[in-house]
Amino acid sequence: MTAAATYDLGKLHGGLRLPGEKEASTARHVQTATVPPQLFIPLTQHVGEAAQPVIDIGEAVLKGQLIATAYGSLSAPIHAPTSGKVVAIEPWPVSQRHGETGPCIVLESDGEDVAFRYENRPLRYESMAPDDLLQTILDGGIVGLGGAVFPTAQKLMQAVTAPLTHLILNGVECEPYISCDDMLMREQAAEVLGGAQILMHALGLGNCFIAVESDKPDAIHGLATALGELDDKRIVLKQVPTIYPSGGEDQLVQLVTNLEVPSGGLPTDVGCVVQNVGTAAAIYRWIHDGEPLISRITTVTGDGVVSPVNVEARIGTPVSELIAIAGGYTERASQMIVGGPMTGKSVTTDRVPLVKASNCILVLSDVIPPDDEKPCIRCGECALVCPIQLQPQQLYWFACSDNEKQLRAHGLTDCIECGCCDLVCPSHIPLTADFRQAKARMREMADEKARAERARLRFEARSARLQQEQAERERQLAGQKQAALRAGPDAIREILDRNRDKNRQDDEA
Amino acid sequence: MDFERRDAPFVTPSTDVASVMRQVLYALIPAALAYVWYFGPGFIFNLLIAAIFCAAGEAAMLRLRHRPVETVLGDFSAMVTAALLAFALPALTPWWVTATAALFAMVVAKHLYGGLGFNLFNPAMAGYVVVLVAFPMDLNLWTAPRIGDLDYHYLSLYETARYTLTGTFPDYLSFDAISRATPLDVVKAGLNSMSTFEEMRSYPMMGDFGGRGWEWIGNFTAIGGAWLLLRKIIRWQIPVGVLTGLLLPAGLFYFFDPAVHASPGFYLFSGGTILGAFFIATDPVTAATSPRGRLIYGFGIGFLTYAIRRWGSYADGVAFAVLLMNMATPAIDYLTRPRIVGHPKKTWGR
Repeated sequence: MTAAATYDLGKLHGGLRLPGEKEASTARHVQTATVPPQLFIPLTQHVGEAAQPVIDIGEAVLKGQLIATAYGSLSAPIHAPTSGKVVAIEPWPVSQRHGETGPCIVLESDGEDVAFRYENRPLRYESMAPDDLLQTILDGGIVGLGGAVFPTAQKLMQAVTAPLTHLILNGVECEPYISCDDMLMREQAAEVLGGAQILMHALGLGNCFIAVESDKPDAIHGLATALGELDDKRIVLKQVPTIYPSGGEDQLVQLVTNLEVPSGGLPTDVGCVVQNVGTAAAIYRWIHDGEPLISRITTVTGDGVVSPVNVEARIGTPVSELIAIAGGYTERASQMIVGGPMTGKSVTTDRVPLVKASNCILVLSDVIPPDDEKPCIRCGECALVCPIQLQPQQLYWFACSDNEKQLRAHGLTDCIECGCCDLVCPSHIPLTADFRQAKARMREMADEKARAERARLRFEARSARLQQEQAERERQLAGQKQAALRAGPDAIREILDRNRDKNRQDDEA
Repeated sequence: MDFERRDAPFVTPSTDVASVMRQVLYALIPAALAYVWYFGPGFIFNLLIAAIFCAAGEAAMLRLRHRPVETVLGDFSAMVTAALLAFALPALTPWWVTATAALFAMVVAKHLYGGLGFNLFNPAMAGYVVVLVAFPMDLNLWTAPRIGDLDYHYLSLYETARYTLTGTFPDYLSFDAISRATPLDVVKAGLNSMSTFEEMRSYPMMGDFGGRGWEWIGNFTAIGGAWLLLRKIIRWQIPVGVLTGLLLPAGLFYFFDPAVHASPGFYLFSGGTILGAFFIATDPVTAATSPRGRLIYGFGIGFLTYAIRRWGSYADGVAFAVLLMNMATPAIDYLTRPRIVGHPKKTWGR
């Protein structure tokens, strides 16, 4: 049995010790939500382009059946969360960063929950070539469940092109309130470990670290117990200090391996692949049980709900149903966030469905009073907590003046938007939001430049073409003229007569 | 159910500018008590006048600049400026001198540069230096500290009020009768006239390290500074930088030639050293912000203070040193940016 041990860890700059706020939601076991009568399944549940529906309206589908196929390089397929009938494909409020509404497949449950049977399950992946295994993972619709929803198969396919040394499963879950990974590791540790084994095979790696924050003794215990039963020496638990944002991908790599992911690079640049523990469990379910990613555990919590709880629910379940499982709203509920309090996204309605990315539904009562922003007094507290060691007080200055050159020089694009600087700012400046906007403006400017450059090239090409055509025409005319002169006056008269006849015939016609 | 839209993060910050400034004011209380004890109630008059004119100057500028007057005055930053001015000025200062300093600090040094957060120069020090240059006589009138065996005249409330309001004494008192050179003046003049520091040490006004009375004000100021450090209102780099910048050259010169140089302990416990290290140089707006930059910034202030005290024409140099280093702040910040995580390790600067 491998007990959780603290190895020589790398050190994170800055960061914050935040109150966990996780006790309330971890007091009960994970509740299983009943399948609602109607599910709203967004076609974009991953970073890339929307998946393409492969079913018709009115068609009956089985649970786990493919209903939309991956389209484009960073897309992932989507499967029916239950059996029933497709009643519509239409825009519906969603909780993603792509806008307020998005195209959704509306599925009416038949109440039977009959599963589509995938063959050869459990799949004997040990005898599969890693490439085939990756292709199979792609078909499971699995995306990063830590919140980034990068399609897992593509991430793994990219990873195997680099020399790899470490697989790290991310069970850190450093943001306050969120506890779905904690509960998963407590209650379904065997699936996490099974996923770890599959991932090691797919990546051709002989070791795997599972990183868990030190404030999750029950999760560590759950994993350690399951690991004892599994007896796989390749998997090692690693306890990391409870400090936000140790669960950020690059930050975790730094903590576990003491290597820095280069600016603009990926963990694979330093030989690391990071996968969320929930993703590992989803891979296990798909490879072992033939169940694609159609459900997930989500934390429904905050002082805006009566009894916070973790719920395992089907993708597409309206958030209002999950709130009901948590005992409904308290009187003070005023803000709904999908994700955690540091990096989540506020939504305006609880009609939004649960998606693959929804690790937490946070309902809060009080929020920062608006219009409370004061000038920056340059206290530098933000720089002390920045895990990237940026100088937010300088960046803020340059963001206000839209100084793109200095923004780049001061590393705006390296900002991970963790929100630490906001929390320590005595002037209550929404730094993260300002930086997000500055980044967007910078991207826009770059796009604009690229568009102008393309237009310039197009214009120059067209001018050159026109010039060439003109020259060609002139050369032809000159040639004809020469030929006519060479042929003499009789020939010229003949040509003119012929033209006149031709014109007359045209007129008569 | 419907909700409002907002940007992450959704956590209320734990601190605010007003509370930071208030804590700086609290931290000055021990020093203020010591000051009043040794130099009389004039400090309180100065503080009141400075506070009134700082508030008035700030309010007027805010109105002119169409900024909300109440919310900005409520951040207490003008009060910190007023307090620092009161500490910098002699206990006996006519009100118009204090008012000039306060108005210059607020109107020119602070608001003409854009108000809190945008001022390049420390407002209190800018105001102080203006009156130091404009009213040199008034700024030289220090009394002896109230210590039993010293020849002092502890001014009554009436005498102080009268002088503050009119700049005159009752008939039985005269300027010359009560004014005393400060230890810094004495030592500077002494060293310049070839007396040794050892000789000067035996003067009754000299204490264990610095001037008597002044040492204790220094101690009480340091208590407030330590509290600010504990509360993480200020960070250690600037105070350590200032003290190192002052004590290192002072120590070296004293070590090699103790006859013609004053001891580092004397410089530490004289004039505005400790107040400067913990309360003036640490004004966040005008100081460098990176940890390394703050050390350099502090060191520069300490070193310049020593240079001015030792070789300049002014007895103390903290105010000039702070203003000079204020000018260097943007460059220091630019050159001491820490390496961003994930960026290649590079050589100095960039």
